[in-house]
Amino acid sequence: MIPSAPYLLQYLVSGVTLGSIYGMIALGFTLIHNATGIVNFAQGEFVAYGALIAISCSGTFGLPMPLAVLIAVVCVTLLGAVLERVAIRPARRSSVITLIMITVGASILLRGIAMKLWGPDALPMRHFSGETPMQFAGASVLPQHLWIMGIVLVTMLSLWLLGDKTQVGKAMRACAMDQEAAQLVGIPAARMVMLSFALSGLLGGLAGAIVAPLAMGLYNMGIMLGLKGFAAAILGGMGNPMGAVLGGVLLGVLESIGAGIRSEFKDAIAFGVMLVVLLAKPTGLLGRRAR
Amino acid sequence: MGKAPRPRNGMKREIRRYGSIALVAVVALGLPQVIRAEYALHLATIIGINTIIVLGLNLLMGYAGQVSLGQAAFVGIGAYASAIVAVKAGLSPWLGLGAGVGLSGLTAAIVGVPLLKLRGHYLAMGTLGFGMIVQIVLVQWEKLTDGTIGMMSIPPLAIAGYALESASSMYYLVALCVVLAVTLASNIIDSRVGRAMRAVHGSEVAAETCGVDTARYKLQVFILSGAMAGLAGSLYAHRETFIHPDTFGFHYSIQLVVMAVLGGMASIWGAIFGAGAVTIIGEELRQYQEYSTIIFGAVLIVIMIFLPGGILRGIGDLVGRIAGVRLRRVRG
Repeated sequence: MIPSAPYLLQYLVSGVTLGSIYGMIALGFTLIHNATGIVNFAQGEFVAYGALIAISCSGTFGLPMPLAVLIAVVCVTLLGAVLERVAIRPARRSSVITLIMITVGASILLRGIAMKLWGPDALPMRHFSGETPMQFAGASVLPQHLWIMGIVLVTMLSLWLLGDKTQVGKAMRACAMDQEAAQLVGIPAARMVMLSFALSGLLGGLAGAIVAPLAMGLYNMGIMLGLKGFAAAILGGMGNPMGAVLGGVLLGVLESIGAGIRSEFKDAIAFGVMLVVLLAKPTGLLGRRAR
Repeated sequence: MGKAPRPRNGMKREIRRYGSIALVAVVALGLPQVIRAEYALHLATIIGINTIIVLGLNLLMGYAGQVSLGQAAFVGIGAYASAIVAVKAGLSPWLGLGAGVGLSGLTAAIVGVPLLKLRGHYLAMGTLGFGMIVQIVLVQWEKLTDGTIGMMSIPPLAIAGYALESASSMYYLVALCVVLAVTLASNIIDSRVGRAMRAVHGSEVAAETCGVDTARYKLQVFILSGAMAGLAGSLYAHRETFIHPDTFGFHYSIQLVVMAVLGGMASIWGAIFGAGAVTIIGEELRQYQEYSTIIFGAVLIVIMIFLPGGILRGIGDLVGRIAGVRLRRVRG
């Protein structure tokens, strides 16, 4: 059955909200992929830690919301940097598959620690500004939806400014194009790799902290969110930031519509459409050529 | 994804190949004479089942250079086909085994044609997505699979009226399958197909320029690895007599890749070592309960940092280094 117009708008609202979260996670994948060529399987754990730390800060410790989110983001940014320094850099000369296995190990490790610290139950989090839905052309929109879309939009804009207008951003992009050449002109490539992990942590942590009021926090929430982020990055074309965002929003909307048709099949529909797109365009929507 | 292995030439290769197979056969079939504890045999059977899957994955990843993050789906298809034939249709479990191998091979052939056009991370995502969809189908197709309840009382395999129910009888069957799989894999590696596979790994463009039909070879290896996973799934179903869709999810797919990489890619012994190491580490860590995943993650990171070529090559390098040091001392 095909959903009618007001429902469609409703799906669009929740789909775009969810999709912008996927887009942020996908951007994290993109940054690390461009700096190192690897897929970071611990990306989902960044999101989970962002959510769980924000929940603890705002709930257990009773801190004001902005401070709680800030602490979560800072912690996960540091976590990203530490992960690179401790686990990735010592093995930087190894093959891509070995490095990917290290990130798999890191994700298992982080999930285990999260389970120990926060327990096996889902934890709720207060919405940023109430839970009274607003009516908009037949669709009800939660304030949290607007918060998520707004924060994601601001983050994307600042990331774009960082990449396009600042020296650091240019250095990062130079490294993504050709690490050796970048090093030859005096760019500290190793530090740029660490920066890409830190920024990935920042994006993941922020995504987790702002989605927690809607999704709740669970020690293993990172598995599915990480996979969706990876799928979004691939769908948009691995390595292309615009593609990551586009892929995320598309995947979110697909999943939301799929949930409206039959919720048991929402993931099958989302992954199925992604496969169909890949078969038509094997390098993703905005991807250039296969490597 | 690492260097393609160099082909070995001459008589030495033949001797090494048959020597390896004989060694696997002796160790696998002689093991019950050494260890008699039921638990150890149970563990050895699980290692054997995993070895069959990882051998296929190793051919695909280590030799042909194609990543699969959906291998557990083929294991699941094998297990469910086997169980459905035996339980729902009430036919002989051996028919189930055949159906398991056939259906997973057929599925690999059907999805392999479009999927193998993808490369690198895209192929990884494509196989991952395929695995997700298969698992959702296993859960939702309740009429056939009993959904989230799982399928129960799957009959054991039987030879001439004698049911392979005891730990040792099932172990021997799995061990036999491992020996067959090792023989098959080592023959393929040293054959024309094996050389073509290594060429594809080295450079697909170069291989194609030399007239290698890369798409066909990639598909053949994919089908073989799928069928091997299906065989392992059938053996698993008839051994455990109970299967559940959760077993065959993304986790297991990742675990299988971990086995392949940890043991050492592009090596038959690497596959055996990887399956053994990961299975044993996983079982041993159970006693630490909630700390087990933390320790497993840490162990994986440490091994991959210090032995980037896998456990097997790591040991080899270590032995070589010690021997090298000795040689230098003699000379000095």
